[in-house]
Amino acid sequence: MYESVIGLEIHAQLLTQSKIFCGCSTRTGDPPNTHVCPVCLGLPGALPVLNRRAVELAAQAAIALGCTIHPTSVFARKNYFYPDLPKGYQISQYDRPLATGGSLQIATGGLAREIGLIRVHLEEDAGKSLHEGFPDSDRFARVDFNRSGVPLIEIVSRPELHSAAEAAEFFSRLRSILVAIGASDGNMEEGSLRCDANVSVRPGGATAMGVKTEIKNLNSFRYVQRALEFELERQTAVLEDGGRVIHETRLWDPAANRTHPMRSKEAADDYRYFPEPDLPPLRIEDAWIERLRASLPELPDARRRRFVASYGLPEYDAGVLTASPALASYFEATAAAAGNAKAASNWIMGELLGLLNERGIGIERAPIAPSALADLIRLVDSGTISGPTAKAVFAAMYTSGRGARAIVDAEGLARVDDEALIARTVAGVLAANERAVRQYHEGKRQTFGFLVGQVMTAMQGRANTEIVNRLVRRALEEGPA
Amino acid sequence: MPASVRAIRDAVAARSVSAVEVCRAALDRIGAVDGALHAFLRVDAEAALGRAAEIDADADLRRKPLAGVPVALKDNLCTRGLATTAASRVLEGYDPPYDATVVGRLREAGAVIVGKTNCDEFAMGSSTENSAYGLTRNPWALDRTPGGSSGGSAAAVAARAVPLALGSDTGGSIRQPAALCGVVGFNPSYGRVSRYGLIAFASSLDQIGPIAASVGDAATCMNVIAGPDPRDSTCAPAAPEDFSAALTGEVKGVRIGVPRALVAQGSDPEVISAFDAAVATLAELGARIVDVALPHSAHAIAVYYLLTTAEASSNLARYDGVRYGHRAETATLAEMYERTRGAGFGLEVKRRVILGTYVLSAGYYDAYYVKAQQVRSLIRRDYEMAFEQVDAIALPTSPTPAFPLGERTSDPIRMYLADVFTVGANLAGLPAVSVPCGFSGALPLGLQLVGPAMHDAMVLGIADAYERVTPWSSRAPAIPPR
Repeated sequence: MYESVIGLEIHAQLLTQSKIFCGCSTRTGDPPNTHVCPVCLGLPGALPVLNRRAVELAAQAAIALGCTIHPTSVFARKNYFYPDLPKGYQISQYDRPLATGGSLQIATGGLAREIGLIRVHLEEDAGKSLHEGFPDSDRFARVDFNRSGVPLIEIVSRPELHSAAEAAEFFSRLRSILVAIGASDGNMEEGSLRCDANVSVRPGGATAMGVKTEIKNLNSFRYVQRALEFELERQTAVLEDGGRVIHETRLWDPAANRTHPMRSKEAADDYRYFPEPDLPPLRIEDAWIERLRASLPELPDARRRRFVASYGLPEYDAGVLTASPALASYFEATAAAAGNAKAASNWIMGELLGLLNERGIGIERAPIAPSALADLIRLVDSGTISGPTAKAVFAAMYTSGRGARAIVDAEGLARVDDEALIARTVAGVLAANERAVRQYHEGKRQTFGFLVGQVMTAMQGRANTEIVNRLVRRALEEGPA
Repeated sequence: MPASVRAIRDAVAARSVSAVEVCRAALDRIGAVDGALHAFLRVDAEAALGRAAEIDADADLRRKPLAGVPVALKDNLCTRGLATTAASRVLEGYDPPYDATVVGRLREAGAVIVGKTNCDEFAMGSSTENSAYGLTRNPWALDRTPGGSSGGSAAAVAARAVPLALGSDTGGSIRQPAALCGVVGFNPSYGRVSRYGLIAFASSLDQIGPIAASVGDAATCMNVIAGPDPRDSTCAPAAPEDFSAALTGEVKGVRIGVPRALVAQGSDPEVISAFDAAVATLAELGARIVDVALPHSAHAIAVYYLLTTAEASSNLARYDGVRYGHRAETATLAEMYERTRGAGFGLEVKRRVILGTYVLSAGYYDAYYVKAQQVRSLIRRDYEMAFEQVDAIALPTSPTPAFPLGERTSDPIRMYLADVFTVGANLAGLPAVSVPCGFSGALPLGLQLVGPAMHDAMVLGIADAYERVTPWSSRAPAIPPR
């Protein structure tokens, strides 16, 4: 038996308007090299000036993760040559990071565990090399520096994750927190949240670490899980065959569903870190940290606990609904307007998320507003429409954008409580289903449900189910034995 | 034609002479002497005359503190619209899209930028022989170096081609060439003048400062260029002093420390006797001369070359051929780096980049970089302790007068020792001025005065008092035409 040991390094782009060391915009999607200046292009003589907002967001993330923020931290230069690194060094933090310690709670298989954090530090992003898309891309690479100098935090976990599922859960929980406090938009497709993993396996009970590999390019929860599953299996197989794991960087290839060797790390990289002489040490006062702490919004964990306690939701529902602040707010607004939290939760987790996910739409752009969904719930709760009708109304609301009441009125979908009409329909259904009626009397009581269903279908789902139930039961009991 | 910065400015303000006439005179003088000196890498006569005409046409500009004053800039200061190379092949033809902060302030103050001066490549050197574009000669003796690295700026001022130039000082690069050329050079406190737009050599020591024919002119320049800059995080946020107002000519009771043991080490006898005479003059003016010790100065050169090469190895990484400057066209990326930098950098720059890379390497970092930083702290403490007893410290600027061209180019250690009296101020971030204090034969010598951090005006005040009672600053060389 082998034990898996995983540590994650997560880079999150901070949600600032301007870059970390200059005034250029952080906006994405614009033509290459339109948000650049002497500083982020590394022109001779240009100097960095730290963006206060980036420090605020990084500190808020550190506070939310329970880290210790150091009164003095130091920027350092990480020296290496690459065309998208304009100065030939990245300004980062090294031996004196912004924050250390802290932890994050994960729960997999019903088991909650605290995963320790090593550090949170600030750094700048590099530009982007463009290797394709130009007529001469076979001979030249191009570089877009719009991203150069965009503020990042790097969050490093302790190697305390023991499965691919735990790693994916950690990444997901971390994303929820960063999004909840507004530190990052958490957009993995656009690369504003990136994950690398350090992975090793060791024989069960061993205390020494096995040789690790670093897996890059894990930009979705699913990729984290699949890549780590693959890599853990691969390393285990190597060891079981009596081989040795090579210390290297590997790239996750989602198409091939496997990791590929990228470069060897047997000869350690030497980044020649030294303190950045162009920036004084970053000093942070306790009072400032306390102000930031006080301004933090409710964190996902606390919100989840509150959803269970004050709405009486199951743990699972609370977990789903607090996965993003927007979803949680949508739920709270719906529950408040409807006066029925459980129904709100059911509608959102069932119908609404089902349709949104199917179409790849975020909750922010849901075509049904919380107040509109609440109207629908109230129509059900007041008995105006039946459950099955409500589903049809919901579908109509989603596609047309019209309100529930308007649809019910226009289509005549209000519930039918007319006992005489329902009794006639019941009589007809029983007459047409003699076999089912006989089976009921022979003791096969589940045909009751079938008959109720037939009545509902005959009445286009609009009949009051309570009355249908009562009348079907009475008809069966009164009928021939 | 008025000669000093103050006189030119007042004459232009009073319209007794036009900025265009002043500019033309400077350009003529450059034309007359620069064939022999090669102090300039680039002269932009058209832009200079254009700016001078603007000043003549604008009453507001004419009242500015440097109205119509021709200024030369060391070629490691970025100038928009005027190529800036730091005397390196790797930046050949590089046209900065922005002005250094000091350049912007000079322009706003009405100065007329006439051109860019020669220097050691990336300010690495003490003789201006490391320029990729040819050496500069000393106006007092054409077979000698003007010192360096700001040799072109010092030679241009000494030759009376311009009344004012800017240099940069990392280990003596303003003061030593000023001394060797018989002019005044001032290295401000670290953080007193913005470094934004100064092509970095060693960021934690680099400072920009004036080179002028008199302390008064240097102070006038400081009033323009000093002060906080939001673009330079290492620039002091406090408002600067009034440097000109500090020039009272008064040094009575000022305590001046003399580190005798340090001065005696490796200095020419004539340097020592001129220095002793200068100290005696200060005593006659009423200054109190006090013996001080700077025990860690023996390690200053070693510390300086460890730290500056480390920072330089990183600062010069950006010259990779990707975005600007020289690029070798090659098949692979690695080759592009190797050949761009191999051909773009001169020997001394390569030597320092390699040294600095080594200093920062895993396994050597603690022994070299960390230890050097520790000794730097001790050197700084030496000065702090000395400044508990004295207001300023006097030293020769250079242990020798100007040395013959070619004498030290193959002996880097000997070249590095030219900085023995100057690197201390940079390591400790202190203001230091060099003022002419005599001659060794035909060659000028400099007296250096070092003060506590952010006491720049006081240092200039002492130098000014000395200058007022001595003839040295007013002497100019006769340059044989070539």
